[in-house]
Amino acid sequence: MSVYLLCLVLFCVGLYCILRKRNVIKIIVGVVIAEYAVNLFLALVAYRFEGRAPIFSPDQKILNMVDALPQALVLTAIVISLATTALLVGIAMRIYEKYGTFDITKIKELKG
Amino acid sequence: MSKEHESGMSVIVKTITRLTVGLIFLFGIYILVHGHVSPGGGFAGGVIIALSFVHLMLAYGKEVSFKKLPRAVVHFFESFGALMFLGIALLGFTSGYFFINFISKGQPFKLFSAGIIPLCNIAISLKVGAGLFAIFLALVLLKFEAEKRK
Amino acid sequence: MNPASQLIPLFVVIPLSGAFLIALMGKKLKWLPDFTGTFLTLVLFILSLVAIKPTDLYHTLVYSVGAWKPPIGISLVQDGLTVLMLVVVNLVVFCIALYSINYMERFTSKWKFYTLFFLMLAGMNGVIVTGDLFNLYVFLEIASVASFALVAFGTERHELEAAFKYAVMSSVGSLFVLLGIAMLYGYTGTLNMADMSVVLVHKGEGKLIAMISVFFIMGFGLKAALVPFHSWLPDAHPSAPAPISAMLSGVLIKALGVYTLCRIFFNVIGITPAILSVFMFMGALSMVVGVFLAIGQWDMKRLLAYHSISQIGYVILGIGLGTPLGILGGLFHLFNHSVFKSLLFLNSGAVEYSTGTRDLQEMGGLSQKMPVTSGTSLIASMSIAGVPPFNGFWSKLLIIIAAVQAGRYGYAFWAVLASILTLASFMKVMKYAFYGSLREKWASVIEVPVFMKLAMVILAFFCVAGGLLLVPSVQGVFLQQAQAVLVEGLQYGSRALGVIGSG
Repeated sequence: MSVYLLCLVLFCVGLYCILRKRNVIKIIVGVVIAEYAVNLFLALVAYRFEGRAPIFSPDQKILNMVDALPQALVLTAIVISLATTALLVGIAMRIYEKYGTFDITKIKELKG
Repeated sequence: MSKEHESGMSVIVKTITRLTVGLIFLFGIYILVHGHVSPGGGFAGGVIIALSFVHLMLAYGKEVSFKKLPRAVVHFFESFGALMFLGIALLGFTSGYFFINFISKGQPFKLFSAGIIPLCNIAISLKVGAGLFAIFLALVLLKFEAEKRK
Repeated sequence: MNPASQLIPLFVVIPLSGAFLIALMGKKLKWLPDFTGTFLTLVLFILSLVAIKPTDLYHTLVYSVGAWKPPIGISLVQDGLTVLMLVVVNLVVFCIALYSINYMERFTSKWKFYTLFFLMLAGMNGVIVTGDLFNLYVFLEIASVASFALVAFGTERHELEAAFKYAVMSSVGSLFVLLGIAMLYGYTGTLNMADMSVVLVHKGEGKLIAMISVFFIMGFGLKAALVPFHSWLPDAHPSAPAPISAMLSGVLIKALGVYTLCRIFFNVIGITPAILSVFMFMGALSMVVGVFLAIGQWDMKRLLAYHSISQIGYVILGIGLGTPLGILGGLFHLFNHSVFKSLLFLNSGAVEYSTGTRDLQEMGGLSQKMPVTSGTSLIASMSIAGVPPFNGFWSKLLIIIAAVQAGRYGYAFWAVLASILTLASFMKVMKYAFYGSLREKWASVIEVPVFMKLAMVILAFFCVAGGLLLVPSVQGVFLQQAQAVLVEGLQYGSRALGVIGSG
């Protein structure tokens, strides 16, 4: 149980980072941390007590494997988060080019 | 010193890179073609293949890397991989279902088995490898542009 | 296997192939992006119309991808709600593709625009047809990532800022959705939505389900821009190029937000009075807050964006009433809103195309120079404000009647008030932008090119004729099918699984 709670704590660290940090890059890092927390949670959902890696090979019996499906889901989620992160970093670099700063309190022209 | 040593990192890095980059590339292909019998597959293989080119670019600078793999080729492979994957999925309609595994499955744990899965792995690795390298290129070139303007 | 269900995968395959074909060859062949953009979206629109008939006959069609029987493989499900959404999305997207032919001339690299456009369309269609919860998340992210890139398409200061804000908030929303999906998987041990609803019925209510519901309301509510989570929308929607604003406001927030909320809460988790009251409260709040914020705006697209929040509030309020009439009104308003809001965004794009400004105070008297734009804009404004006989009137009327019948007089009052305020703010738009005296600097303004006019006229036609969808014979095959899916609720599970059993 404590592992799940730690996972939740990691997620909250990510959210805190997104909400409180002013630096654009730190916000992106926050998004990445939160994404990792969710991926970790998915992998934890798959865990069986004393299970082994779900690899099917000719010389082993299928006994007490952990659930393989969430691991495939984690891979997909990682690919998606890669795309999001790459796009965010690209936007951040362009923002730096235009505004000359990474501070979001100074990047605030849209209001109302 | 030859011309290719003018940009990029030091000689040590370049020598090591020259020795290892081919191995990394081959390892990527190994992971890729054994995707259906062991852990790995299209995504992991594609990432390793892309990393070999990233490695080349970091050590030798962008000119050498572009000579090996021009940007147009990267973009071509990216779209081509996706279209190939879609094409394999669409060929399933010939057997009645979208995405059906229409090639004979063969024996388990052999290299030539599992029907369309190795083909899908190849398509995915093309897409992922080219895509990842294109992301890297886009970010690097953005930096170069910004530096040039200064 | 029903032969009619063979068409379902095409809704995802066609846009994806369009996207990658354009990415492959669009740079060389200049005519290809425009041609494929219009042609493929037209094909998709026709396919979505074709799908109405078999859905009326068989009620639920299931396609199992790769011949893997559910609940193991990914299944694609087509029922009334799916068809309604498909028609809405593909109709609007077809008009927008037509419009983009001329409008996107101003930007370089049109092929990139079309690639992203088709990826976004593939994502939306995928979200709508899929019957697998994780697959839904994947398509949701495809559509979202494409939309982030499209918001930043101009790469100017404001666009980048808006895109960054949108991307961060939307990623957080997706994370909540993924967390909810992970918990639901851990609880039920399946990802197929139909199977999941069957399992959940057996397991009954639990504390975990309440927590998952909260995650889903946060995640999908953020995508739908309901009021506590709306702050990205007024920045992101105006910053994109006009066709994309139309697409984001017209269909994206509905396919990714409203549709998913309905599908998951009504058909998978099972609706409870508590969730319904949350829907109603958030809907009414969005409705009122959105319209109050809209009145003060002088930027035309920003004003329209705030109205999107307000109108989504109507949809959610109608659906949240939970009565058959309320759901019908909500779904009908969803259709109407996508038509008139995309038309209004296209109009604002046309004005910007001709005059180069979005500030209402700088415009004036444009109706003399741009008769088609101002005419269609008048129709759309009357629709959104709920003036009879345009389509917006009928759906708002249904929602208000349903609210009164359900005894929710307070919500009915707020709905009427928001409607009046909407009328006021659109009178402002019409007065400042199109009527009044023509300013001297606009003397040389000309009407927009032919494809833009054509797209606006088609949408205006649907604004006028939209009310006909309530005629009983038409309503029976189209709107009531969608309504039935939501009213039946958890029967979705046994139906979608049962279809497989019977062949």
